[in-house]
Amino acid sequence: MRHPLPGLGLALGITWLWLGLVVLVPLAALVIRPWELGPAGVWAVVTEPRVLAALRLSFGAALLAALVDMPIGLLIAWVVVRYRFPGRRLLDAAVDLPFALPTAVAGLALTALYAPNGWLGAPLAALGVKVAFTPLGVAVALAFVGLPFVVRSVEPVLRDLARDAEEAAATLGATRGQTLWRVVLPALGLALASGVALAFARAVGEYGSVIFIAGNMPMVSEIAPLLIVVQLEQFDYAAAAAIGLAMLGLSFLLLLGFNLLQRRLRRGLA
Amino acid sequence: MSIEIAGLTRRYAEVAALDAVDLSIRDGEFIALLGPSGSGKTTLLRALAGLEFPDAGSLHVHGRDLARVPARERGIGFVFQHYALFRHMTVFENVAFGLRIRPRRDRPGGAEITARVQRLLELVQIPELARRYPDQISGGQRQRVALARALAIEPRLLLLDEPFGALDAKVRKELRVWLRQLHDRLGITSIFVTHDQDEALDLADRVAVMRAGRVVQFDTPETLLARPADAHVAGFLGEAVRLPCTLADGQARFAALPPLAVETSLPDGPALAFLRPVDLAAEPAGGDAPGNATVVSARHDGRGLRLTVLLEGTVLDATPAAGWAAPARGEPCRVRPLAARLFPA
Repeated sequence: MRHPLPGLGLALGITWLWLGLVVLVPLAALVIRPWELGPAGVWAVVTEPRVLAALRLSFGAALLAALVDMPIGLLIAWVVVRYRFPGRRLLDAAVDLPFALPTAVAGLALTALYAPNGWLGAPLAALGVKVAFTPLGVAVALAFVGLPFVVRSVEPVLRDLARDAEEAAATLGATRGQTLWRVVLPALGLALASGVALAFARAVGEYGSVIFIAGNMPMVSEIAPLLIVVQLEQFDYAAAAAIGLAMLGLSFLLLLGFNLLQRRLRRGLA
Repeated sequence: MSIEIAGLTRRYAEVAALDAVDLSIRDGEFIALLGPSGSGKTTLLRALAGLEFPDAGSLHVHGRDLARVPARERGIGFVFQHYALFRHMTVFENVAFGLRIRPRRDRPGGAEITARVQRLLELVQIPELARRYPDQISGGQRQRVALARALAIEPRLLLLDEPFGALDAKVRKELRVWLRQLHDRLGITSIFVTHDQDEALDLADRVAVMRAGRVVQFDTPETLLARPADAHVAGFLGEAVRLPCTLADGQARFAALPPLAVETSLPDGPALAFLRPVDLAAEPAGGDAPGNATVVSARHDGRGLRLTVLLEGTVLDATPAAGWAAPARGEPCRVRPLAARLFPA
């Protein structure tokens, strides 16, 4: 096969080999393992009320966290790119801290902060809002780990965005709000969607930062990754794999949905 | 729409992009701001549109002081150098933008917007492109979309920043003629920025020649060519070559050319002479006419034979004598001045 860009065979070969060794083979093991239980057994495991509650919490909190990260991440990217102020570089660097911090440390810090006697937890408790050891706490931890994904996805696109389109909107009579809504946001849509998808994907799989703040009460604040660890500690490998398989399937479907949405956005931009 | 600009100044750090610019433009005029890059012409245009804030001076459009009026309330059409189209909108939506964003009470209805956009697209002669995206059309077509979009708000004043800068030569010429006709038809006031003197002299009623943040001369093209205000304008306009000379006894004396009798109010001493190709006559050397130059090239363009000669290290264009049919490259020739414009050295 002749192709105008050289190296297709080699590049594609290495891509498949690497993807196979690092991603596909481990996933295949995960898919094969639970069938020791038989299809009915797998179904029984994942439809257990405790498992269903955990899956609902994991995906629901991850989605909520990603949606909260969307406007906040956009705002942070905007401030870092558009304004010049003392401490801008510090703020810029601080955005990446959730990447660098061991997630367990982040979890402990968040728990201390939001616990009923913590700096933020105490005033919130006075208002009747409980964060630590509730599903809300799970969402807070997930929003924390997902934020950098949104900021870093939007930032380069925002930086490249030509200022003259905004100026054109102004000369045509648009207010600042109209310019943002009709000119800037549509141009950022694609980057924003991919940042939110990344934040969501990361949040679904998150473990370390959540388990401390969640309190891990079955049926209430127990996330699916923790439930997997619980099964493993009971040497029920097949059940653990079955829950993992359910997470894998759901994540795949949701990310596929995000990708389709992005394709539609991209077509709008073509 | 008459425009009064007085003492307009804009500084970036220490450099003055606009240095006390005064300009007075009449209703319905087509004005060119001409100058090299960095001369402040774009800054002046942006200040008019409200995209740049002057440090001093005043701006009045039709008697209204614009100092505190933001860009969006000025109702001035602006065509950007790189068009600045909204890439995620179709051509139709780009043009409709200025109408759709109006406050509800001023906004035309959906059918009215469709009709007006359609009329504008017909005006700029691209009705068939309504559903395309900016990435799917050519540079010349984008220029027309940008123009239709700016005209949608029915501005009385239209500003164009290097409107032909990014187009190839042929499209450029076509659009130029067409733009001038459009201006006359709409009866608006237009100001455009260019660094191309042909464009400015061809198109504009009056040309403001700018340099280093100042308007050096503001006149009709005929006056600019006939009576340039200073050596800079003379050098910038036309194809004149600049030669140093010495004035004495009613004559300009050049290093390599025969002397030229001149009438001038300049005192005797060193001066600068500007000579256009028609001011320099060239004939074959020989006999009693010793050569002072050699032919570098001779080519026919649409208007006649164009001759380039080398005169003591200076390359200049000259007019071949009648009957000199075929100058050959390297042939010695004799060049003498017929006329010159003189400025203080």
